[in-house]
Amino acid sequence: MSEFIQYTLQGLAAGGFYALSALGLAVIFGVLGVVNFSHGACYMLGAVISAVLLAELDLGFWPALLIVPVVMFCFGVLMERLLVRWLLALDPLYNFLLTFGLTLVLVEAVKMRYGVSGLPYEVPAGLGGQVTLGSVSLSTYAIFACVFSVVVCVAVGLLITRTRIGMIVRAATEAPERTRALGINVGRWVTPVFGFGIALAGLAGVLAAPTRAITAEMGSNFIIILFAVVVIGGLGSILGAVVAGFLVGLVEAYGIAYAPAYAQIVIFVMMALVVLVRPSGLFGREEIA
Amino acid sequence: MSEPAPKPAPKPEPDRAPVAAPARRHTPMLEVTGMSAWYGEARVLTDVSIEVAPGEVVTLVGRNGAGKTTLLRAVMGLHRQLQGSVVLDGVELTRASADRRARAGLGWVPDDRGIYASLTVAENLLLPPVVHDDAWSLERVYDFFPVLHERRDFPGTKLSGGEQQMLAMARVLRMGSRLLLLDEPSEGLAPVVVERIGEIIRAITAAGVGVLLVEQNVRFASTVADRHYLLAQGRVELHVAGEEFRARESELLTHLGM
Ligand SMILES: Nc1ncnc2c1ncn2[C@@H]1O[C@H](COP(=O)(O)OP(=O)(O)O)[C@@H](O)[C@H]1O
Ligand SMILES: [Mg+2]
Repeated sequence: MSEFIQYTLQGLAAGGFYALSALGLAVIFGVLGVVNFSHGACYMLGAVISAVLLAELDLGFWPALLIVPVVMFCFGVLMERLLVRWLLALDPLYNFLLTFGLTLVLVEAVKMRYGVSGLPYEVPAGLGGQVTLGSVSLSTYAIFACVFSVVVCVAVGLLITRTRIGMIVRAATEAPERTRALGINVGRWVTPVFGFGIALAGLAGVLAAPTRAITAEMGSNFIIILFAVVVIGGLGSILGAVVAGFLVGLVEAYGIAYAPAYAQIVIFVMMALVVLVRPSGLFGREEIA
Repeated sequence: MSEPAPKPAPKPEPDRAPVAAPARRHTPMLEVTGMSAWYGEARVLTDVSIEVAPGEVVTLVGRNGAGKTTLLRAVMGLHRQLQGSVVLDGVELTRASADRRARAGLGWVPDDRGIYASLTVAENLLLPPVVHDDAWSLERVYDFFPVLHERRDFPGTKLSGGEQQMLAMARVLRMGSRLLLLDEPSEGLAPVVVERIGEIIRAITAAGVGVLLVEQNVRFASTVADRHYLLAQGRVELHVAGEEFRARESELLTHLGM
């Protein structure tokens, strides 16, 4: 029983990384119609930049939690302005290929600069220990990562459901053309939304840094799972991204614990089942399918 | 062929006394000139010119596939393969983006009503910016459409078809659009709802708003419109006043193949 609770916590913590990243993927897809293949690489960059901040500037986890999303936001803005923007008028496949290519460039660049062996990082002071509840002892950091992800997801949820900016993002996500015809300059929101989505991937990277091996390749598997998350939740659905993120994190953690050989397969079986029953995903709108 | 029928005496105002033929009431508010449109190689509009004056209801009548929706989308700036010009209140909009056209006063109510499922009824109303001093306040919208007030916190698409149509029209009124582009508002609605839409159109135009109404429901079109453009295969075949249209209705419809 105590092990089960531990696995659940690990699953929710990993799920938090998926949820945050999938949220970023969902808002980008919603407003730009672009499936950002480089999202995994951006997650990796978030973790790598955290490690570099520590190694070179002696800035630890807490500053990184603030600095990295800002840096990744700027990175996203540049990426949209310099690259993605020019292909928006074409078939979305072009941007998929562009971001795929960018992934290869980023991964190789990190390998060239920092090698393949993994950068050192540690759990921030104060979150290193265990919390003991009765007979169960849980990693303090995993609890923190979970709570933090949930708080950010809720904050983003409120931003999207309760503010005018969120209303415009929802409208543009559902029907970009019609939203323009109602007098809203959707183009003006494209760059900040893209930057915001990339920043969320970077934030997931910072959160993952203390518990994962920080390597150039850490985003490669991540992006595959992330696509499963997005398909399960419903492409473009904000709530779907969050719920499916945590769900996949849990399934993966139980898989690793109880059936290590099948851990990944289970996720994709789940994805296949969801698609069979609800082609538009758990929270996708029917008309999209 | 696209020549308008003979120009008649100006129509008396303000009531809608019968007149013999098409008439501009004032200088036109919307001027669409020489518009042609393509989908790839296929030409779907040929040299269409249309005018709408303030407070006037002008219909574009034509069978399915005649090019009515394409024309409205082109006027709204949503169609790329295009020739011709669009001027609203003297402002040249030919090269303007769709959002600029909306802010200049064009209000598009698409054939699918265009209600957002991910926005509540109230949010659907509040989404567009207010672009004119005469824009309806939210209170006025709710007074005029009590059902929208009752359902204000529901997702927009939880409304019935007729309610969604009201919402789509209320939305552009709240924005303060000066010229409404209505794409088959009566389609699929019960007669009593269609009648209500007719009342709304009359109320709107009394305040000087112009309406370009696309319709296949000719009976409905003839009850609300001052003038009609008959569109066939992307060309304006005929331009007639409401009265003449009513007199020659069956002949004209046969001619259009409707
Ligand atoms: N997206 C499209 N691609 C290609 N052809 C289209 C498209 N939309 C409409 N058409 C064609 O353009 C013509 C005019 O269509 P439309 O403007 O929708 O007519 P209406 O609204 O009068 O029924 C039709 O022949 C239709 O088949
Ligand atoms: Mg049509």
